[in-house]
Amino acid sequence: MSIRKQKTMQRYGPGTRANHWGMAIAFILLALSGLAFFQPQFFFLSNTLGGPVWARVLHPFIGVVLFMLFVIIAVRQYRHNLLMENDVKWMKQIGDVLNNRDDNLPPIGKYNPGQKMVFWALVVSIPVLLLTGVIMWRPWFAGFFPIPLIRFASLVHALAAFVAIATIIVHIYAAIWVKGSIRAMTRGRVTHAWAKHHHPLWYEEEMEKPEQRAGEEGKEQHDSQLNRSMESPGHDGRTSG
Amino acid sequence: MVNSQNIVARSATTLPAPHVRDDVVEVAKLIDVSRCIGCKACQVACMEWNDLRDDVGECHGVYDNPMDLSAESWTVMRFNEVDVDAVHDNAEGDKELAWLIRKDGCMHCAEPGCLEACPAPGAIVKYANGIVDFDSNNCIGCGYCITGCPFDIPRISEKDSKSYKCTLCSDRVAVGLEPACVKACPTNCIEFGSKKDMLARAEKRVNDLQQRGYAHPGVYDPQGVGGTHVMYVLSHADQPGLYSGLPKDPRISPMVSAWKGVTKPIMSAILGITAFAGFFHFITKGPKEEPTDEEVFGDDEDHNSGDRDDGQDDGRHQHSHEEDRS
Repeated sequence: MSIRKQKTMQRYGPGTRANHWGMAIAFILLALSGLAFFQPQFFFLSNTLGGPVWARVLHPFIGVVLFMLFVIIAVRQYRHNLLMENDVKWMKQIGDVLNNRDDNLPPIGKYNPGQKMVFWALVVSIPVLLLTGVIMWRPWFAGFFPIPLIRFASLVHALAAFVAIATIIVHIYAAIWVKGSIRAMTRGRVTHAWAKHHHPLWYEEEMEKPEQRAGEEGKEQHDSQLNRSMESPGHDGRTSG
Repeated sequence: MVNSQNIVARSATTLPAPHVRDDVVEVAKLIDVSRCIGCKACQVACMEWNDLRDDVGECHGVYDNPMDLSAESWTVMRFNEVDVDAVHDNAEGDKELAWLIRKDGCMHCAEPGCLEACPAPGAIVKYANGIVDFDSNNCIGCGYCITGCPFDIPRISEKDSKSYKCTLCSDRVAVGLEPACVKACPTNCIEFGSKKDMLARAEKRVNDLQQRGYAHPGVYDPQGVGGTHVMYVLSHADQPGLYSGLPKDPRISPMVSAWKGVTKPIMSAILGITAFAGFFHFITKGPKEEPTDEEVFGDDEDHNSGDRDDGQDDGRHQHSHEEDRS
């Protein structure tokens, strides 16, 4: 059954989506250039930022951008990521989750415990990366810090980056694995069925809101709008009767 | 030595360098601190040979000038006045003034911390003769060499953001000449030759100093970094710190070893395994398909019609309505 026949509801607004994809681009660039400095076999990845020297120059600035975007999303989402009672039960049934046996899972809220772990891993690792990154940042800041501290910061930066990259690999795979997730972040909407199946408590909560309950068919509506405007650009009114 | 076949170690390179030509003699520079008169001829010779012209600084009221190494001052004399145990015919426990002058610069470690830390392939190389050299063309300016160096030697240039340090005049040594500082030294305080010869000479100097009454003269060839290709003869070898902070037991910091050693392959492998685990999970278990309304809401497709006020009772209905509109 396709999206066209199912009611949908908003999961992520345009601001959140833009923020997320801004972070995604920044993170990918940071991870690639960072791995280039981390492991010789990955050095060629520094070309993604226009060569190794450009990678060295740009990496820290992109890091600051990532941090600022992350602060926004962290502040807006942290309350949805607090651990709840059912989360522990859900985690105990992680075998069922991994084997796609979702029927007996306890109801959970806007985010499942796996997503919450991703969130908190990033809440820890991204500020650590910023802090240690500033200490390592040449030529601007590193000179103000004693060399033993820079050594410590370099090690911690690598460890935090490892945690963050591993977390994001899991995050990306989960999005591919759980169908409907990517559309939630690209188009903003999920089906009611998706929401009730994966995030029942969040679904119940959202159903209190009339606009969510009404369940606009976002995708279909969008497509038809698109078609209309393609067929008769600038004359929407004529065909919408 | 500026020859790729004589490179025995190369930064950010995981495979061994070409190394069939192993009959190269290890060289060393020996700096006999007890004979240094602080004339700074070595500093001048260094800037002369290497075409370096550092900014003219200010007088800080001490002999040190410039005050520190820089990207354009690859060697500096460090002056230190200290009280040491009296050497000459004095009573036990007497102190006397010693004016210790040390020519500071790259030590050309056998196990260079800069090279271990450097992320840019080939920006730092170690030649078979022991010289550790920076290839600034490959330098990316990250400063990891500064982080890795146990002696605080490399400096990033404010002009081009590349890292610089003493090359031990690798270009001169390559054609059989001694380094410029050695050539210029008027007291033979700085000597140059094979490491073996220099150690033998140092031994003689240490004996000499012992006979002159020094209690702890010695050779500074720290084994924590595998030995160095710049060595000192120190009159007070038990306290190298007296010589403007020469480290007593320098070694690559465990932080740097952890950062650049085991963590690299282990963490890279775990990241790779994580990605593959995801891929094979997908291949074996498949995705969580998008749930259908029937699966989630059962036969009651009208899963929330009771709350609705727009008269549309299910998704299909709304869908057809949408088609009508268009």
